[in-house]
Amino acid sequence: MSTSTRKRPGAAKTTPTRKTAAKTTARTTPAKRPAVKAPRTLADLMAQAYALEREAVERYSEFADAMEMHNNREVAAMFRTMAQYEAKHAQQILDEMGWTEPPPPPAGGFQWLAFEAPETTPIDEVHYLMQPWHALQLALAAEQRAEAFFGELARAATTEAVRKAARQMQAEEREHVELVKAWMKKVPKPERNWAIDPDPPRYTD
Amino acid sequence: MNDMVVPVALTAANYKSGYKPIWCPGCGDYTVLSSITKALAAVQVPPHEVAVVSGIGCSSRIPAYTSCYGFHGVHGRALAAATGLKVARPDLTVIVTGGDGDGYSIGGNHFLHACRRNVDLTYIVMDNHVYGMTKGQASPTTEPDWDNKLSPGGTGVRSFHPLVIALASGANFVARAFSGDPNGTADIIAQGIRHPGFSFIEILSPCVTFRPDQREWKTLVHPAPVAPTADPARAARRIMTDDGFNIGVLYAGDRTPYPTQPGKAKRAVADLEAEFEQ
Repeated sequence: MSTSTRKRPGAAKTTPTRKTAAKTTARTTPAKRPAVKAPRTLADLMAQAYALEREAVERYSEFADAMEMHNNREVAAMFRTMAQYEAKHAQQILDEMGWTEPPPPPAGGFQWLAFEAPETTPIDEVHYLMQPWHALQLALAAEQRAEAFFGELARAATTEAVRKAARQMQAEEREHVELVKAWMKKVPKPERNWAIDPDPPRYTD
Repeated sequence: MNDMVVPVALTAANYKSGYKPIWCPGCGDYTVLSSITKALAAVQVPPHEVAVVSGIGCSSRIPAYTSCYGFHGVHGRALAAATGLKVARPDLTVIVTGGDGDGYSIGGNHFLHACRRNVDLTYIVMDNHVYGMTKGQASPTTEPDWDNKLSPGGTGVRSFHPLVIALASGANFVARAFSGDPNGTADIIAQGIRHPGFSFIEILSPCVTFRPDQREWKTLVHPAPVAPTADPARAARRIMTDDGFNIGVLYAGDRTPYPTQPGKAKRAVADLEAEFEQ
């Protein structure tokens, strides 16, 4: 069989356009979504919740580093703050469980609804010219995914302890959603041409 | 007094250097770097026993971002340098990183022969189907009809198929991963490091600057629905007939790796240092 029959997305003949962080937010899941499998015990649930928060810390830190390197300091500071919030949430889980460190992950890793934990923003959803409003929009989507995830865990739970804790986590994530929404009201919305760079990395006609 | 030293498990952070990547925000290479450090933590090989070797290109910057030994070499020659290193120092875990232009075009011939020799290396290619560092020229894996300013109407040239080339040339481990799946990618890299012989891992790693259309990849990739096979003929059929978005280990062979044994140094390191100082 010829290799030319392989379908690649780049084969589309449309001219690539600069996609905004805002526009790409919704596409965060792969084509096939696995069904969520509820943790068996409260400790399993909390270990997964801890991993969820730590992965978010890691990604927000990566975003902050990237924005610092591209001199987008305002957004870098915002991502750094988000990383700190998520680190605090992770620490709260350790404190609540009386753990000095979390239990090791299960064989094969934790199961998520997408490739990454729900509070982790996919790496490709940022832009070097993005503004604080965009960063908050990404955070809002992440918190909403986390809320939905814990809701699904609660529905799938087979023990009352896990169900109750998952509901509690869901409520906490809902609070975070409202906090981010309130934060967004204090931040100016970007202008329509926010992504226009007078000296772009790629040249066009 | 109990003076027994309790070993402390290495974490991904132990493999990261203090340098921050300068890739474009949104680049898939950020998560590949993260996957490499997670894989090394999974394997638990100390940073001073790992060498990361690269050529030229965006993804070839990776050695500087790790705390391991590194060699950022000449364009397309990463595999040649890494082969020499591994043969001279078989005790090291040698990882080679680069992009599709560096590995399949400038370094294409080295790629074939590295597969053929089957030296115990792990070769990680971050494939984004474009030369990103030099502003978006078509690479060997670019689709023939990718229309852009530098190749209007597309190159019209058939795409290189790295996985089947690697298999046909003798690579002992062939896998495809996706940068948007950093944990899955880390697992595949760890398997590649552990597997004897030449391990080739192609990672679909979108270039958001020159190929923003590749953001769609995350909706297209899917786990390979089959277990790895040691039968090259079966693997070849799989690789030739899949949609290019199957991720997982597609071939894990049992060829005997190129024999390496530590050689006796002909000259002391101090002599070499003295020579450099002259």
